[in-house]
Amino acid sequence: MTGELGQLALCLALALALMQAFAGFYGASNGNLRVMAMGRGASLGSFVFVGLAFFTLMFAYIASDFSVLAVAENSHTAKPLIYKISGVWGNHEGSMVLWILILGAYSAAIAMTQPTGAEYGTRLASRALGVQGLIAIAFLLFILLTSDPFERYFPPPFEGSGLNPLLQDPGLAFHPPLLYVGYVGLSAAFSFAAAALLDSRNDAMWVRAARPFALVAWTALTLGIAAGSWWAYYTLGWGGFWFWDPVENASLMPWMIATALIHSMMATERTGAFKSWTLLLAITAFSFSLIGTFLVRSGVLNSVHAFANDPERGLFILMILVVAITLPLILFAWRAPKLTPGAPFDVVSRETGILINNLILTASAAIILTGTLYPLVLDALTGAKISVGPPYYASTVVPLLAVLAMAMPLGPIILWKRGNLLPTLYALRYAGAAGLVALLAALAIARPVTVLGVLAAGLGVWLIFGAATELLRRSGSFRRLGRVGAAGWSVTLAHAGLGVVALGCVGAGVWRTEVIEVVAPGSSMAIAGYELRLDSTQQVQGPNYTADRATITVLSGGREITKIYPEKRNYQAEQMVTTWSSIRTTIVSDLYVTLADPRDGGGWVVRAYVNPLAPFIWIGAIIMGIAGFIAVGGRIAAHARAKRTAAAEAVAEAAE
Amino acid sequence: MRLAESLLALFLLAAPVGTVLGAETQQAPQDTYVQPLADPVLEERAKALQRELRCVVCQGQSIDESNAPLAADMRRLIREQIQAGKSDDDVKGFFVARYGIFVLMNPPVATDTYFLWFGPVLLVLLGAGVIGVTIMRARRRLATEPASEDP
Repeated sequence: MTGELGQLALCLALALALMQAFAGFYGASNGNLRVMAMGRGASLGSFVFVGLAFFTLMFAYIASDFSVLAVAENSHTAKPLIYKISGVWGNHEGSMVLWILILGAYSAAIAMTQPTGAEYGTRLASRALGVQGLIAIAFLLFILLTSDPFERYFPPPFEGSGLNPLLQDPGLAFHPPLLYVGYVGLSAAFSFAAAALLDSRNDAMWVRAARPFALVAWTALTLGIAAGSWWAYYTLGWGGFWFWDPVENASLMPWMIATALIHSMMATERTGAFKSWTLLLAITAFSFSLIGTFLVRSGVLNSVHAFANDPERGLFILMILVVAITLPLILFAWRAPKLTPGAPFDVVSRETGILINNLILTASAAIILTGTLYPLVLDALTGAKISVGPPYYASTVVPLLAVLAMAMPLGPIILWKRGNLLPTLYALRYAGAAGLVALLAALAIARPVTVLGVLAAGLGVWLIFGAATELLRRSGSFRRLGRVGAAGWSVTLAHAGLGVVALGCVGAGVWRTEVIEVVAPGSSMAIAGYELRLDSTQQVQGPNYTADRATITVLSGGREITKIYPEKRNYQAEQMVTTWSSIRTTIVSDLYVTLADPRDGGGWVVRAYVNPLAPFIWIGAIIMGIAGFIAVGGRIAAHARAKRTAAAEAVAEAAE
Repeated sequence: MRLAESLLALFLLAAPVGTVLGAETQQAPQDTYVQPLADPVLEERAKALQRELRCVVCQGQSIDESNAPLAADMRRLIREQIQAGKSDDDVKGFFVARYGIFVLMNPPVATDTYFLWFGPVLLVLLGAGVIGVTIMRARRRLATEPASEDP
């Protein structure tokens, strides 16, 4: 019964999305306020019905209703409740419902935050809602026609086949929803850009409306990618945090374009520069989201992220992708020549800085796309099989990003329109010195010495001190830091956060120590000043797995620091073995221990890593996420202030 | 003798290459341990090579970070070859002869990878050209524009 309810809800959501699209466009072109209001209402209704479908599906998972095929295939009664809930999106069908739910949430947010009166903003938002409606129609059809989450299974099995144990992790509760909030959030920027093109009005109006959504998307993508990397770090058991896996790339590409977009939007809104380029970037950003969805959902890639796939689905998403990318591009090519040129600026100016940022980020995304697709295309064309792995990206994308990091601290300091290079560099003299000291320190202390490691250490510190310099300049002195507005703080924190991430990446990627040894109970192994003594191992019973758990005492200089308990888990239902690494962190360094394989006579293969600075990767990402929240919060507050002022003025006028 | 055994293992495991093999974790009796080389310089070379070679039955992992038995065998083979005095290129060649170019994480520059390697260079040059023109145009407009108020 509940399954059919969910299906019905999805059908109703589709009907309302049709209405949303029709009313959005029709109302806007006729300037009919009532039709536009109907479009807004339809988008809210569509969101409510997708929400109903989503919770119906969640209910089926919680109740272990194995007459629903997706539940039977992906759930199990013995699974802890949190994984029954997060298991909803731990498979293809459910994750698409989550996707469309978030799309609906953005549409509803547009409907509720944008103007509703006779002004131009109402028409712009109405057209944007129309575009959102079209996207919703495409994906609802995709779900209903190719990936029905409520498909019945008869006779229902007594027990479900369980969820991939790698996904039975708190990471599944955060990583995909955050990423989707990011991916789908870019649809809002896309929709406003398409709406502006349809209107052929080329002012910064659409940027003002779309920028908060782009900021939300960027923040969520940043945190989502970081959550995924943290998850990979502690579950895969080899101490790595980024693998240039195709699906990781699929999330990094939209992040890069989104980063370029929020910078370019800033320039367009502030000075009116690169109007057409910002439109193009908004279209590109969402296109990369769709490419990511296609790559992950179509099964053209083999990866831990690829759930059960079939080519029919891939073809459907490919069709959505082609239409969603080409139509706006045709629209752009048609309208762009008629757009007025952007505001002028000098060679040395913040605009130029933003162009350099945009060049490097879009080029990096394009290179990552090339590297990700190249093996597929080459295989299809010639049958030749090649691998494009981390070394490729290390020699193409990473140097580009290093150039970006060199230029980054200059950006927020140099003036808009007409800047001056020498005073800007002079303002950064202390940051430069700090970077140089870090570079020399890395050269003297850190081993192994690699060009990348030394350079990245210097650049990371340069970024952090550069951001601090900018903050101090903005406030004038330490005491006046409180007066720096949300915009100032968000820029500083975002740039400094990236510096912190860079330090973490070089620490964990270049300077890590690895020791793999066979350890007998009672004996110990040494790694980077620590002594790890394997006290005992025992069998323990988890809710849906049995595990070998080791008790390892960590000693430093003969003194006991702590005990750690790495596990090797065996999931009976899924017949899979996973590792549960123990990580002891001191914030400046991680001791990472994995229990690998048993040996005859009670000994174990133990893998131990010391990853200096590793926690900085995620601390830095959280700092960047906070920067995003501050930026969004600041804009919401400013919006509310403007509204209050307008209302007060209206009251004052009425009183006169 | 040991080498012959390992080779046999390699050929037996090479059969399923190319098919979708997701769950290397399913192969229950596994042994990922490889005795490190006594000489730390040689061991460092072995580790560097591990990062350059792909685990051909895994999902895009290098053999440096894979639980698959095949990856452990390959790690062992690398050490045997290094100890036998082979160069890094010899070792890579050994695996390429068995698995093809696919086994290399860093595809070599060849006619069919020209675009992969030179595409990015062209792209950056092209992009730099485009923004160069954009900046010059914006500057020309700035010169013709009456000195306006600062934004």
